[in-house]
Amino acid sequence: MTPLSLSAYTATTCLGRGLEATRAALRTRRSGLAPCAFETVLLDTWIGEVAAVDAEILPKSLAAYDCRNNRLTQMGLETDGFADRVREAISRYGKTRVGVFLGTSTAGILQTELAYRRRDAATGALPEDFIYRTTHNSFSLAEITRDYFGLEGMAMAISTACSSSAKVFAAAARQLELGSIDAAIVGGVDTLCLTTLYGFASLQLTSSQPCRPYDAARNGISIGEGAAFALLERSDAASAGSVLLLGTGESSDAYHMSSPHPEGLGARLAMEAALRSAGLTATDIDYINLHGTSTPANDAAEGKAVAALFGDNVPCSSTKGATGHTLGAAGAVEAVICALALSDGFLPGSPGTQTLDPAIPIDYQLQGRASRMRHALTNSFGFGGSNCSLILGVAE
Amino acid sequence: MNTPLTAWIDGIGFLAPGLQDWAAAAAVLRGESGFTAAASVLPAPAILPPAERRRASRVVKLTLAVGLEAAAHAGAEVAQLATVFSASGADGHNCHALCEQLAGDDRQISPTRFHNSVHNAAAGYWGIATGAMAPCQVLCAFDASFGAGLLDALAQVVVDQQPTLLIAYDSEYPEPLFAKRPVPDVAGVGLVLSPRRSERSLAAITVTPDTAAAATLTDPAQEDLRTTIPAMRALPMLKMLANGEWGSVVVDYLPPMQLRIDLIPA
Repeated sequence: MTPLSLSAYTATTCLGRGLEATRAALRTRRSGLAPCAFETVLLDTWIGEVAAVDAEILPKSLAAYDCRNNRLTQMGLETDGFADRVREAISRYGKTRVGVFLGTSTAGILQTELAYRRRDAATGALPEDFIYRTTHNSFSLAEITRDYFGLEGMAMAISTACSSSAKVFAAAARQLELGSIDAAIVGGVDTLCLTTLYGFASLQLTSSQPCRPYDAARNGISIGEGAAFALLERSDAASAGSVLLLGTGESSDAYHMSSPHPEGLGARLAMEAALRSAGLTATDIDYINLHGTSTPANDAAEGKAVAALFGDNVPCSSTKGATGHTLGAAGAVEAVICALALSDGFLPGSPGTQTLDPAIPIDYQLQGRASRMRHALTNSFGFGGSNCSLILGVAE
Repeated sequence: MNTPLTAWIDGIGFLAPGLQDWAAAAAVLRGESGFTAAASVLPAPAILPPAERRRASRVVKLTLAVGLEAAAHAGAEVAQLATVFSASGADGHNCHALCEQLAGDDRQISPTRFHNSVHNAAAGYWGIATGAMAPCQVLCAFDASFGAGLLDALAQVVVDQQPTLLIAYDSEYPEPLFAKRPVPDVAGVGLVLSPRRSERSLAAITVTPDTAAAATLTDPAQEDLRTTIPAMRALPMLKMLANGEWGSVVVDYLPPMQLRIDLIPA
């Protein structure tokens, strides 16, 4: 693919709001995970909750969108000057030429879960104030973003569970390649809700401790929430040192709804496709931000795929011990973490992980360290066997 | 520097209330047979093993029906096709059951219900059923979902030179969500879109942004279908294909952006 510039980017997770907080946490190997005290949830698990999401107030014109997921969407947009950079792009290209491509797994389903507690006793009806389209629907985060900026062009939400906001980079890159748009707001927003907390618990995939990716004793995920965005533009004018999207790769496991292919076959296809798309080989990759959810099956399968392609020659880490698994936002959160790693020259470690799984022969980094990197690859894999790998680099 | 969003349509699949497949829909759209409103009939998916076939949800049956019909029409090998699923919502019945249980005292939901709750559940079952390891996209754009699916599917065809199966589909919610989102029934359309013309090609399709109003259908029952089920925003285009009419038609996307579709015979 033709390289694209990430001309602005931002991430908000349990590590804090914005790049500075994220950077500081990664440098000090700090985790943002805490024992679950979300809403009325009674589960013995740890979560990555973003502070003060519900204090976010939407303007009157966007009041119909009010729900936790869209509060976090607005919070994310208004961090690190991201919204200003988008407005500048809109004034350069016009309202119809900036597309919106956002990923989520559950959007504002929490709003519906809460509304079901307030059904009319006689009729069973949901409360008057519940608005399906602008809260529950998977498109709501893309629609509020389009309305927030007064855009009039292309918009779509991608919802492939935990690969959602990696795949948005691929979809936007295609439209930029074709010239149907001149810039794209890409990213992902997912927020805590009962469906995912009780759902992952029902699959026995949540850990009662902070998650420990690639640890020999790993026993499940810690669910997080997050909002991460990037502004993608053609890179003709990218200045030296700016971060580029170089390749995207997508594949399907065609294996199982909630378990990865045991040999990591789909994961390997996605990484190979990303390398092809970037015109790079395995030896060009300097860092891999693993999907690394910390379930026994995911890390084993991904580890096999990484070992098969890269051997133990490429430093790897999962940052989910820091952020938790932000599900549909994970792809974008981890793309931003790779962008920070590349521009800061700091390779992140893995909070929580103590004893590496000796059965996974990759170069897993427990501690962060300074390192000059040219190319970083990030993996995102989701339920339904949906896989996506992205390759980012630095402009020469 | 705009590259046209263009492809060859090699196959069509269709299912809607009262219209069990593309042949039935085409006959109605040509005016050869009358359209009688009736509940959608979902065929048992023969591609699934018997146990899975019985358990398959309505959206899984729907997407397998229209997707496999389109692929067979195109003579395409399903395992080789990239796919774009686009739906305004996921499995409404499953969603209702989860919300109802999570509002009560026993929140120990079923793991199967949980993994079936993802927006890409039907896409996941498609992969398992067909063995397709190609890229699989799953989109939502509320009422604009057909247009969003078409835009991304055509982009995959042009940029990646990859034959791509678009499956745009929707299903209903039961009450009380139905009152908030009144999609009346399941319906879907499948299109096999190819970068190269073949002997199977039916027409060339090119999509361009526009701001004109969408074409409507003169038959009130057909127009009702178009407006109440998002995937059926494709009907004005399908009517032209059914009648072998060539030229331009505008379909609804995301106001103020509409999609002008140009059809040229193969």
